[in-house]
Parts: sequence; C-alpha cells; structure tokens
Amino acid sequence: MNVLETMSLAVRSLLRSKMRSFLTALGIIIGVGAVIAMVAIGDGARASVQKVFDAMGTHMLIVMSGSTNSGGARGGFGSQPTLTWDDLEAIRTQLPSVRAAAPEMRTNTQVFSEDQNWTTSVTGTTPDYFDVRGWSIATGRRFTEADVEAGTKVAVIGQTVVEKLYGAGFDPVGQVIRIKKTPFTIIGMTARKGQSPMGQDYDDSILVPATTFQRQLQSQSLGKYITGVLNVQADASAGTAKAREDISTLLRERHRLGENTPDDFDVRDLSELANSRQQSTETLSLLLASIAAVSLVVGGIGIMNIMLVSVTERTREIGVRVAVGARPRDILAQFLIEALTLALLGGLIGAAVGLGVARVLANQFQWPLLIRPEVILIALGFSALVGVGFGLYPARKASQLDPIDALRYE
Amino acid sequence: MNGQRQQMPLIALRGVSKIYRTGDVEVAALRGVDFNVEPGEFVAIMGSSGSGKSTLMNILGCLDRPTSGQYFLDGQDVSRLDRNGLAIVRNRMLGFVFQSFNLLARTSALENVELPLLYAGVPARERKRRAREALERVGLGARLEHHPRQLSGGQQQRVAIARALVSQPRVILADEPTGNLDSRTSIEVMALFQELRHEGITLVLVTHESDIASHAGRVVVVRDGRIISDKRQQPVPAEVPPLEEAVS
Repeated sequence: MNVLETMSLAVRSLLRSKMRSFLTALGIIIGVGAVIAMVAIGDGARASVQKVFDAMGTHMLIVMSGSTNSGGARGGFGSQPTLTWDDLEAIRTQLPSVRAAAPEMRTNTQVFSEDQNWTTSVTGTTPDYFDVRGWSIATGRRFTEADVEAGTKVAVIGQTVVEKLYGAGFDPVGQVIRIKKTPFTIIGMTARKGQSPMGQDYDDSILVPATTFQRQLQSQSLGKYITGVLNVQADASAGTAKAREDISTLLRERHRLGENTPDDFDVRDLSELANSRQQSTETLSLLLASIAAVSLVVGGIGIMNIMLVSVTERTREIGVRVAVGARPRDILAQFLIEALTLALLGGLIGAAVGLGVARVLANQFQWPLLIRPEVILIALGFSALVGVGFGLYPARKASQLDPIDALRYE
Repeated sequence: MNGQRQQMPLIALRGVSKIYRTGDVEVAALRGVDFNVEPGEFVAIMGSSGSGKSTLMNILGCLDRPTSGQYFLDGQDVSRLDRNGLAIVRNRMLGFVFQSFNLLARTSALENVELPLLYAGVPARERKRRAREALERVGLGARLEHHPRQLSGGQQQRVAIARALVSQPRVILADEPTGNLDSRTSIEVMALFQELRHEGITLVLVTHESDIASHAGRVVVVRDGRIISDKRQQPVPAEVPPLEEAVS
C-alpha cells in the first residue's frame, strides 16, 4: 500500500466524521493562526519603530563640546565650545569608520513670509547633514558646499513651516523669507519625516548653510569653534561603537589631552536608544509567539486524545485489516497519516485565519502588513511535527493490537 | 524443498500445542494436535465451547502462533513467522469468514472486498475489477455500492465471502459463519460454500451445529484440546427450500 493510497484512506476516514475532525483540528487552527498573527504583529510593530528611528538618521552619533569650569561651577556639555571646524574636517576625512559628519547649530527664531510669521527652529549645517539625518528633498534642491563656502542666503524648509507660512500644498521654492531680518531665498523643501522618538516634529525646521548661520543669525561669531554639536553617521559595516572610539581617540589627540585629563567633549550613540527600543519590541513579539506556540502544543494533545479514542472505537476495523493482511506498519502508517493530515489541514486553515487577523490588525494600528513566508512554512512544519509527534503513540498502539482480541472487541 | 512440498498436504499440523498463561495458571488449549488437510477438502471442525476449536482456528488462520509444534501451510513452516510474515501469509494464502461478518461500516461492499488486495499492493483499477467479479460470484453484482447497514445479514456474509475469495487464497477459513444467520440464510451460505468446494477451493469451517457440519465432506471433532474423531462422510447437499415452503 503506497503513501497516496494511505492518504486517501486517511482523508476518507476523516470525512466520515467531519465535525469531530474539525474540532480536533481546531487546536492546531488556533495555534498556527495565533503564531502567524503574532509574528506579523511583532514585525509590524518593529517596522513602525524602525521607521521612527530611520527618520532620526541611522547609525547616528552626536559629538558635543565640553563643559566650562569656572570657579568650581561646572556647566553642562556644550557650555563651552571646544569643537573646531578643523575637528569636523578631521573626523570627516581621516576616519574610515565615519561615513559622513555635519555640524548642527540651532536657534529658535521668528521667520517671516510676506504676510505670515512663525517661530521655528533654524539649523545651520553642511550638505552632509541631509545624508546623516536621512533628509530627502521633495521639491527644489539641497544647498551645496559652494553655498557653505560663499555663505549664500539660501534656505531649505520643512513642510510644517511651509504650511504655516504659505498654506498646505504650496511649492515655496523661489520665495523669500526673512529670518531675523535677513532675507533668505528658499531653494528646496524637504520630504515629510514625521515625529522624532521624543515626539518632536522634524518638519518644523529650516536648514541654512553653516557659514550663513554664523554670520547672519548668531550674535557673536566664534571663528574657528562650532557653536553646536556634530552629527556623525558611522559606517554601517564598522558600527557605531568603533566610530565612537575612533572619534574619541582622534579628538583627544587633536585637543592634546594628557592621559589624566578628562575628555573636553562627549560622544553619544543614538543607535543605542534605537536598539533598546528594538529589543523591547523583539522581546514582546518573542513572548507572543511563544504563547502561541504553547497553544500549538495544546492542539497536538487534542489530536492525540481524539486519535486514542478513534483507535479504541475502531479496534474491530483494525482487527479486520490485520486479519486480511495489513502489516503492523500499514496500520501505523494509516493512523499516523490521519493525524498528520488533521494537523496539516488545521495548519493550512490556521495560516489563512492568521493572515486574515494580521491584515485586520495592521489596518487597525496603521502598521505595515509584514508577512514573512518562512514564518508560514515554519508554522506549517511545526504543526506537521505536532501531528506526527502526538499521532505516533496512538498509531503505535493501533499497530500493536492483537488481531484475535481486536476482532472480538465489542 | 520442492519435493517435500509435493508430498505434503496443503495444511499439516505436527504436534501443535497452545498454552495460555494467566498469572500462575497455565491452560492448555491445544495438546499435541496432528492434523492434515488435502487440497480441495471441505472440513468442518466441531466442538463445544472451550474445546480448543477456536484456538485451532486462530492457529490455522495464522492469527496466532503455536506454543510448540509445527504448522506447514503449502509446505512452508509458518509456526515461527513474525507478525509481518504472518500478515503476508494471511494476505496471500488465506481468506477469512467470521461469525459477525466484520465488514467495515460506512464503507461500500466493493471497498470492503477490495481490502485484501489493497494490502497486497494490487493497483486500483485491477482491485476494482477483481472485487466486482468476486461480488458477482456471490450474487451481489447489483449491490456494489451498498454499505453493510443497507444489506441483510445473509448479504453481509456473502460480501465477507467475496472478500475472502478475492485474493484467490489457498484456504478459506470460516469461523461459525452461520452463527448470526437464520436457518434459511444459513443454508444459502452453506450452498455457496459447497459450490466453492466444487470449484476446488479448500474450506475449513468451525461450527458447533451438527447440521451445518453435515454439509462438509469431513468432520473433525475437538475436545479438551485434542482431536477425538476425524471422519469422512458423504456431504448433505445444501438445498435451499423454495420460499413458499419455508413460509408455510
């Protein structure tokens, strides 16, 4: 008797009691459905967290200048500028573990269009900033190195600012705005980014060349010092930890700090924050998936239970089959394949249910619907394993029946 | 081996004993039985309950193995085969007819008859053809798709006989085949057995009813695990009385 015939035998015998077969498979249906839905939810949550952190910039490090110490009163980081333009240039060009670096000098100030005004954050920086922070341009262009060198009065403007000054959907390129009384020509508008992990609106900002910022918007010029922080993007392959170490070493060397002198700067790794957020969603989805896996095992026990009942009920049938020449392994195969078929059918239905639930939840929470095919395959494989695992004992019991007793069984 | 096979009867029991142990108590169901059946014989084994006739039948049917002694079936010693070996012997050489029919419920007559061929690995198409022929042979050609519940007792037993016939076995073993049937259908079934015997099929039948045994060509009586008599006789033809007479 070949496998196909045994399978058709199994399907026919399952179809003889449809309700019972369905209820038996229900445990597996729920288990597989839950696993697939839970993993999809976990993936969706992770993707939405990832989106937030991608908006902040990937592999981000922030370098802050040192603190003042005047008469024992110590200021915080950044209270005394210690980072120079040459430091920035050295970080950019000398460290292979750094992909890009840009200054970030900020001020909150009122800006004016012809008939509106709005208070927003203005950042002075260099073209690298767009890459480090993952800004893309919706219309117009970025400013260039040439703009930075010449100190041209140009601005790239965020969409929230555009909305406040000109109304939604307006293309501001070519318009002139005044920032602290200096007219700037808008040369580009950034694509919408949304909120930072701390809930701050990325699109409520204006970017201008660093030199223009220092000359036009800062009250006193500090010459060689950067009055702000550096945004550094680490090379993905080197990782942020390596980049952080390299930057520290480089800056200590450049600032000629002796062995016992503390750092006059601080390097902060933003990817740590992203990682910890990521880890917490991963822990959550692992937890959900393991709870779902437990229900799969419970489903398997249900199959074993019903298969045991079925073997007892069908003792005479087994006796007849053995009498007419079924070998123990034929009987074993028959019941094993019945259990396997139950589990696999349950798994298929469960996969469909799980996908449906994942779709509904993704809509509900506005997450991307992420279905990994390998999750479905693993869930189906696991349910097949459960079927075989929990079907083995009843099937073995059936195959070991003594034909004389089995034929006499009432 | 071949020479031995030609000399040997179809069934040859040599000093067969069967001892059951329940705890410390040993019960000898068979005590050194010697027994031959030649090809084409129709043998009835008689005995009261507890005589050992069922044990004898189980051993003849390769459902059980003797505790000691040898059983040659068609020249092959089957008394020491394992479960797989016995299954193959049952499948290829033996056909069974039981008192309680033992058909699979909710399964058509055709599929019931196909069962031995399924385990013999016969392809589906040939299986169907041979099963249909066997059912036609027992006069049920019009009831192929009926389920056991839709058939009378006599018809169910004929399905069972078709199932025993379908694999063209060397011996058909019938264990009280008329035990659950009324006297009229019993005679019908016995008539069918006699027809099969005329076609050269070897039949061994266990019964406790002497009028059923009277249709056989040889009657063996078992008591206390021993054969106490073994007589050849002129079989009484099983003629089914016309229905009117049976009713009146």
